[in-house]
Amino acid sequence: MKGFIAVKSGREEPVVAEQPQAPLLVLAKATKSFGAVQALTEGSITLYAGEAHALLGENGAGKSTLVKILAGVHRPDSGVLEVGGQPLTLHGPASSRAVGISIIYQEPTLFPDLSVAENIYMGRQPLAAGRRIDRARMRKDAEAVFAQLGVALDPDRLARGLSVADQQIVEIAKALSLEAKVLVMDEPTAALTGVEVERLFEVMRTLRNQGAAVLFISHRLEEVFASCQRVTIMRDGRYVRTAAIEDLTVDDIIRSMVGRDLDTLFPKTETVPGEVILQVENLNREGVFSDISFEVRRGEIVALAGLVGAGRSEVARAIFGIDRRSSGVVRISGTELSNGSPQASMAAGMALVPEDRRQQGLVMELGLDQNIALASLGRLSKFGIIRRASEGAIALTWAERLQLKFSRLKNPVSTLSGGNQQKAVLGKWLARRPTLLIIDEPTRGIDVGTKAEVHRILDGLVAEGMAILMISSELPEVLGMADRVLVLHEGRLTAELSRDEADENSIMRAASGLDAGAAA
Amino acid sequence: MTAQLELPPQPTLSRVGTLLRARELGIGIVIAIVFVTATLKNHAFANSHSVQQLLTGAALIALLGVGETLVIVTRNVDLSVGSVVGLSAYVVGSTFKHHPHMPILLGFVLGIAIGAAIGAINGLITTVARVPSLVVTLAALYIIRGVDGVIVNGKTIDPGSIPKVFQEVGYRTLFGVPWLAIIVAVVVAVVGYAMRSFRAGRDLYAIGSNPDAAALAGVPTGRRVFTAFLVSGSLAGLAGALFLALHAQVDVTGGNGYELTVIAAVVVGGVAIFGGSGTVLGAALGAVLLNTINQALVASKVSAFWNDAIAGALLLAAIAFDRWLSLRIARNLRSAEGAHRNV
Repeated sequence: MKGFIAVKSGREEPVVAEQPQAPLLVLAKATKSFGAVQALTEGSITLYAGEAHALLGENGAGKSTLVKILAGVHRPDSGVLEVGGQPLTLHGPASSRAVGISIIYQEPTLFPDLSVAENIYMGRQPLAAGRRIDRARMRKDAEAVFAQLGVALDPDRLARGLSVADQQIVEIAKALSLEAKVLVMDEPTAALTGVEVERLFEVMRTLRNQGAAVLFISHRLEEVFASCQRVTIMRDGRYVRTAAIEDLTVDDIIRSMVGRDLDTLFPKTETVPGEVILQVENLNREGVFSDISFEVRRGEIVALAGLVGAGRSEVARAIFGIDRRSSGVVRISGTELSNGSPQASMAAGMALVPEDRRQQGLVMELGLDQNIALASLGRLSKFGIIRRASEGAIALTWAERLQLKFSRLKNPVSTLSGGNQQKAVLGKWLARRPTLLIIDEPTRGIDVGTKAEVHRILDGLVAEGMAILMISSELPEVLGMADRVLVLHEGRLTAELSRDEADENSIMRAASGLDAGAAA
Repeated sequence: MTAQLELPPQPTLSRVGTLLRARELGIGIVIAIVFVTATLKNHAFANSHSVQQLLTGAALIALLGVGETLVIVTRNVDLSVGSVVGLSAYVVGSTFKHHPHMPILLGFVLGIAIGAAIGAINGLITTVARVPSLVVTLAALYIIRGVDGVIVNGKTIDPGSIPKVFQEVGYRTLFGVPWLAIIVAVVVAVVGYAMRSFRAGRDLYAIGSNPDAAALAGVPTGRRVFTAFLVSGSLAGLAGALFLALHAQVDVTGGNGYELTVIAAVVVGGVAIFGGSGTVLGAALGAVLLNTINQALVASKVSAFWNDAIAGALLLAAIAFDRWLSLRIARNLRSAEGAHRNV
């Protein structure tokens, strides 16, 4: 009960009813180190039946380690775990599941070659006589869970090819079918958009009403305020505080997470747009998007908003030349770019920072120096031979400018935290000194502190005269950073909003196609 | 649930799904085409003796393919099966030579035991020491060959030292079907059923499809992979005893190069080389297909050299087909999803 502050009044739903009530799960003073690295110094959390409890902290605060202890993946070096008042030791994922703990991981953990139903019931398929798997029942059970979730997924289809959002729904269905007492969700909404997030909150409410506890990890504070009753904050592997949500403000939370004040989350300064850098005319790609026209000027940030699947990343890929365009023209500073040639786009001064930094942006085994220099090798080499010294120099310049935290330039980037990896990708492209930067989800999955830094960096870049096209699913980021907002719906541009016109309502209406008539 | 969301039905994969399930049917059709074409060129190809030879010739590779499928489905590979066949055949043969009155069943048990021991070692090194199975079983291939060479020491087991009853297993038929084919069919049926309908079998697919997720789902991955190697080794040991029964003689070259033929058959039969999908029935049919083409070429008096080239081309075709299919699935889903996503 240490550190617990009782809820004074139930806000909308008095689920964390009459205290004192025995906690459902207690993890006290858990520690875990990997070799010399102390990942968790004091991991403590107390969960009550019927509550949604947020676990907050910057990347590297030890949240994931704590989750993996609850999952039975890591054995804590010391500390006590109690479920339902009984102290116990978890021997593996199976024994964690057996005591009623179910985990939804950040990255979906599906089997692409198996059916959706089998994904849900792997290792605990319903059995008929003779321990045979009862496929008919497995299918029916899966359908029942999907019906409860209000989704229409075919249990017989393979998991391969599911969209990230649908993969997450399968994960949720898996957790729901376990009838878990404790449901842990590690950033489940990172890949979801409005509708699906709503559905997820609905599931959380259902589970809580059934007496389960939900541990919710998210970097989106507005979601925490919308769905959770209590908050536990961690910093540098340590427990900081637990409080009821109504006793906290966003600033309190950020201060506790970061351990210092953040001046402002979105430091966008006013700039006067200069001449046109990027001009896109009637861009088409059959079956993906059509008739896209817009401009990006020197010194402005233009956001590309829309739901997942609206074709935002696809437009960016076609502009950059990764995908061929069916028709249409892309000009950089008035010069037309040839179709389907990233090399030509790069030569013209364009840079693209992709969404999936691990897969598309970084070579994880190489050092920070080689990664940052990777896109500038032409400039750094003499007679085709790369000068290692200049690699190090350019990397150091950008690492410092981006306030990248690293121990040695030569260490593989896989050892960096998520936020620093994102900065490394940014550094790699900035080292080319582009005139137009296309950046896809600049702050996905990184913590508040780093987020603000990335925003400040972007702001500094446009102040220096760069043009930025930013794709983002986070409305506060779009509203805070963009000078203009372009909204896509089903591959069509449904709105172009100025900074004054853009608000949550106008963007969401255009993103759901409600204002289709008012297209720019 | 209060805020139920109405979504249009998700795109289903019924058509492509059927296609996937029909993979075995597809191989069956190709076998039929090859068979009919060869028969048109040479009528003797369709007589019962020739068909029996087709089945007998494919039996050993099909049997090894069953074990290999279990291993490959878990994202591993067993390269030692050919060597195990050679060792098992020779040891069983020489045991019969020295103990002519040993019950023939014991001959099979001995073969299986030799294979099981080697499979267990392969499995242990792969799962406990976490050495890639490609390396472990490649080493096993050479070590067993070497040991076999020392044991054989240039000798040959000849038909005279093998009991008649034991040899009969290799050539007798039941209602016109060779015993060998029946034995293999039973193994295919049993293992195929276990792979499809028991949790342990599904675990193998889960491990191959996403090893990390399998561990998180509580699948005992080490134990399952070990079992796959154990079964593969045991079936290779059985195949060694059957090799002896079939050929009635064995020297140091017995089973040489089988491992690659087996992997070719398994891949042609639709087992994904990187794990996660494929069936033992497909693998067995792949073995029959390769052997049918082999025999058809002989019957059509085409140079035997073409044989390997055609097997290779078939492999490429099988992999290209898989690639094409998965690209098609991905494309279908993407376009269907684009329509459904924006409600």
